[in-house]
Amino acid sequence: MTDAAPPLLRVRSLRKQYRSGDTTLEVLRGVDFDLAAGEFVSVVGQSGSGKSTLLHLMGLLDAADAGEIELDGVRVDGLSTAGRDRLRNTAIGMVFQSYHLLPEFDALENVLAPLMVRYGVLEWLRVRGAARAQARGLLDRFGLGGRLHHKPRQLSGGEMQRVAIARALVTQPRVLLADEPTGNLDEATGAGILETLCELNRTDGLSIVLVTHDAAVARQADRIVRLAAGRVEDALPAAQRLAG
Amino acid sequence: MYKLLLCWRYLRTRWIALASIVSVTLGVATMIVVNSVMAGFSYEMQTRIHGILSDLVFESHSLSGFQDPQWHMDEIRRAAGSDIVGMTPTVAVPAMLNFQVRGQWVTRQIMFIGIDEASHAHVSDFGRYLQHPGNRTQLSFGLREGGYDTVDSQSDTTLPTRPALEGAGWPHRRMRVERERVWREKLDADRQATHAATPVPTDSTRSVDQQVDAVLAATSADAPAAATVAATPATDPAATGKPADPFRQARPEEVTRMDPAQEQFTGIVPGIGLASFRDTSGIDRFLVLPGDDVKITFPTSGTPPKAVSDTFTVVDFYESKMSEYDSNFVFVPIADLQRMRGMIEPQTGIASVNSIQIKLREGADLNQVRDRLRKVFPADLYAVSTWRDKQGPLLAAVDMEMSVLNILLFLIIAVAGFGILAIFFMIVVEKTRDIGILKSLGASAGGIGSIFLGYGLFLGMVGAGAGLALGLAIAWNINRIRVAVEWLTGEQVFDPSIYYFYRIPSIIDPFTVAWIIVGAVGIAVASSVLPALRAARLHPVEALRHD
Repeated sequence: MTDAAPPLLRVRSLRKQYRSGDTTLEVLRGVDFDLAAGEFVSVVGQSGSGKSTLLHLMGLLDAADAGEIELDGVRVDGLSTAGRDRLRNTAIGMVFQSYHLLPEFDALENVLAPLMVRYGVLEWLRVRGAARAQARGLLDRFGLGGRLHHKPRQLSGGEMQRVAIARALVTQPRVLLADEPTGNLDEATGAGILETLCELNRTDGLSIVLVTHDAAVARQADRIVRLAAGRVEDALPAAQRLAG
Repeated sequence: MYKLLLCWRYLRTRWIALASIVSVTLGVATMIVVNSVMAGFSYEMQTRIHGILSDLVFESHSLSGFQDPQWHMDEIRRAAGSDIVGMTPTVAVPAMLNFQVRGQWVTRQIMFIGIDEASHAHVSDFGRYLQHPGNRTQLSFGLREGGYDTVDSQSDTTLPTRPALEGAGWPHRRMRVERERVWREKLDADRQATHAATPVPTDSTRSVDQQVDAVLAATSADAPAAATVAATPATDPAATGKPADPFRQARPEEVTRMDPAQEQFTGIVPGIGLASFRDTSGIDRFLVLPGDDVKITFPTSGTPPKAVSDTFTVVDFYESKMSEYDSNFVFVPIADLQRMRGMIEPQTGIASVNSIQIKLREGADLNQVRDRLRKVFPADLYAVSTWRDKQGPLLAAVDMEMSVLNILLFLIIAVAGFGILAIFFMIVVEKTRDIGILKSLGASAGGIGSIFLGYGLFLGMVGAGAGLALGLAIAWNINRIRVAVEWLTGEQVFDPSIYYFYRIPSIIDPFTVAWIIVGAVGIAVASSVLPALRAARLHPVEALRHD
C-alpha cells in the first residue's frame, strides 16, 4: 500500500454530462482519482456532487464523455459493450444502497447469479458444484448459512446487504464498488456492514471504493476523497481529515 | 444459465402472463376441434360421394346413350388398361316416383338408375349402403323374406331406430295384400247390404284398421292366400268389379294376372330419403316399406322421348347418408330398364347404356387416366369425369369454408398475441430494476432480450400445449360432450334428422395440429420481440434507478 505501487484503478480528467431537453447538467468536470491495490477509499460529497456517477463510470455501467479510466494499467473506458459486460462480470463487484437483489431468486441463487451470467447452461452444469460451494462459503462467512433458501423479501435489510456483498465477491473481483451500502440501514446494522467491509479489506486485501454522504461512515476508510461540483476538492488521509 | 432459471421463475410467479396465454390455449383448442370436425364432415361426405360415384364416370351427353357398352369398355381398357380394376355399365334417366300413402298419391322427382347387379358392387361401395345384410354381401332385386336391419348398420348405436323395417319384405307384402282383399270384401258386403236396404251394424268407435283386423281375424286367418287372391286380383284396380278386359291377352305378360302375395314386380332400391323421414326422437318413419309397390314414370329412349309408367316393387333401401343421393336415386336392374325404355336394338339385341362406371386400382392418378380417356373419346359425344369433378363445387365449397374458418380462428390467436405484447411490456417495466441488476452483473443486452424471448416461447408452448390437450380431449370426446350438453339443456345440439349422422365425425390430422401449434408458438414469440428489444436496450444506470 505504498504510493509508489501502480494504482489498481486510475481515473484521469473524467467528464460526464447529462442532457435533458435544452438544459445540460455537467456532473463530472474532470475528476482525477487513484485507487491503490488493497486500499479502502471513501468518496464523500453532497447530493448531486457526482459521486454516484463517478462510481457508475468506474463500474463501467455508463460511458464517460471524456477522460480515461485504467484498470490494472489497461484502458477500459473505450471498451466495447461486450468487453465492458465481461469486465463487470469478472473484475468489478458492486454493492448498492437498496441491495438490488433479484426477488425471484433465493439468497444462494442471488449470490450465484454473476456466475450463472458468466456460464452457459452446459458449462454451468460442469462448474455448478464448485460455484455452489463457494457461494455457500461466502454466505456462511457472513452469518447467513441458515438462510440460503430464503427469498429476499424474507430477509432483513442487513441480511439482504450481506447477500449483496457475497454476490459482489463471488466472482473474486479486483475491486469492490459500494454505493451508500449503509444508506437504508439503521445505525447498528450499518455499522455491522461497515465492519464486514473493513474486515474484508484488512484480511483479504480487498480494494474498496465506498461512496457515502455520511462522514462517520467515510471515516472507516484509509482515505477520503471529497467531491464538490464535479471535481475532487481534496484528497486527504482519513486521519488527517479527522485532525483538520 | 440465468436466462433459463429466470424464465422458469417468471413462468411460475407471473400468473398474469398465464392469463394472457389462456386466449392462445382457447384459440389452439378451438382450431383443433373445428379442424377435426370439419375434416370429419368432409371425409364422411367424400366417402359417401365416392361411395356412389365410381372413380371415373364415362357418360354420353344423350339420354338415349351410346350403343354397345362392351365395345366401349374394350376401348377404355385399351386406353387405360393397367389402371382399371373394374367397369360396369349404367343407365340413368330422370323420372317420377309415385306411391300411395293412406290413399293419397305422393310424387317425387328422381334419378332412375339401371345397374348391373353382378358387377356394380365391385366398382363402388353401393352394396355397403343397403339395409338388408344379404343385399350388402350380394345385391339382389328379389324381395327378401325379412331380416331387414332395424338398427342403422352405419351408426354405432344399438338402438332399433327403424322399428318399421321389422316386418318388411314378403311378410309385409302378404299382410298388405290380405288387408286389401278383406277391405274390398267388406266394401262389397256393405254395398250389397245397402242394396238390400238392411243397415249393417258398424262400430263407429273402431278405426278402419281395427275393423279390417277384426274381419281378417274372423275370416281367413289360415286360408291359403293364393286361393283367395286368385279370385280378386288386389293390385290391379282395372280388374275389380269390371268385366274381363278383352285386350288383356294382347298386353305384355307382366301386366297379366299375377299373385301379388306370391310374386313381385321388377325390384327397385330407392334412396331411403325418398321413402322415410326422421322424427325428432331420431326414429325413422317409413312411407313405403320393402314389399310395397310403387309406380315410376320415365322417358323412353326414342326421339322425342315419351313418358311411360310401370309398377315396381321396393326390395331394399339405399342409404349413403348424403341426402342429395338418398332423396334422389332409385336403382333398378339395368336389363329391365333398357327393355322398358326400348334401348335394345330389336335385330341385334345389342343394348345401349348412357354411362360406364370405372374403378381404378388403388393409388392410380384419377386425373391422368381421365385425361387419357378424354383424348381417345371425343368430348362432343362423351363426358369423362372423376368423382371429384362431379362434386367439384361442393368439395371446393367445403375446402373454402375450412380455409376461411382457419383464417378467422388464427386471427383470434393473433389477438391473443397482442395481449401477450401488452402484458410483456408491463412485465418489462415491472422488471426494469432487475434488468439493471443483471446488467450490472455483466449480463449482455442479447442475454436480457433472450430472457423475454424465451419467456414468450415458454408461454407459447405452455399455452399451445394446454390448447393441444384441451383440443384433443374435446375432439376425441365430442360425442360424449354433445350427449352431456343435450342432457343438461334438454335441447338437441346435433339433430340427426338434419345430418343423417348419429354422431359428430371428427378426424385429427397430425399435420394440421402441428401447424396450429407452430403458428401459436410463433405468434407468442413474435409478440415478445418488441418487449424483449426494449428490455435489451435499457440503460443499466437508469434501470437501476427505476423504482
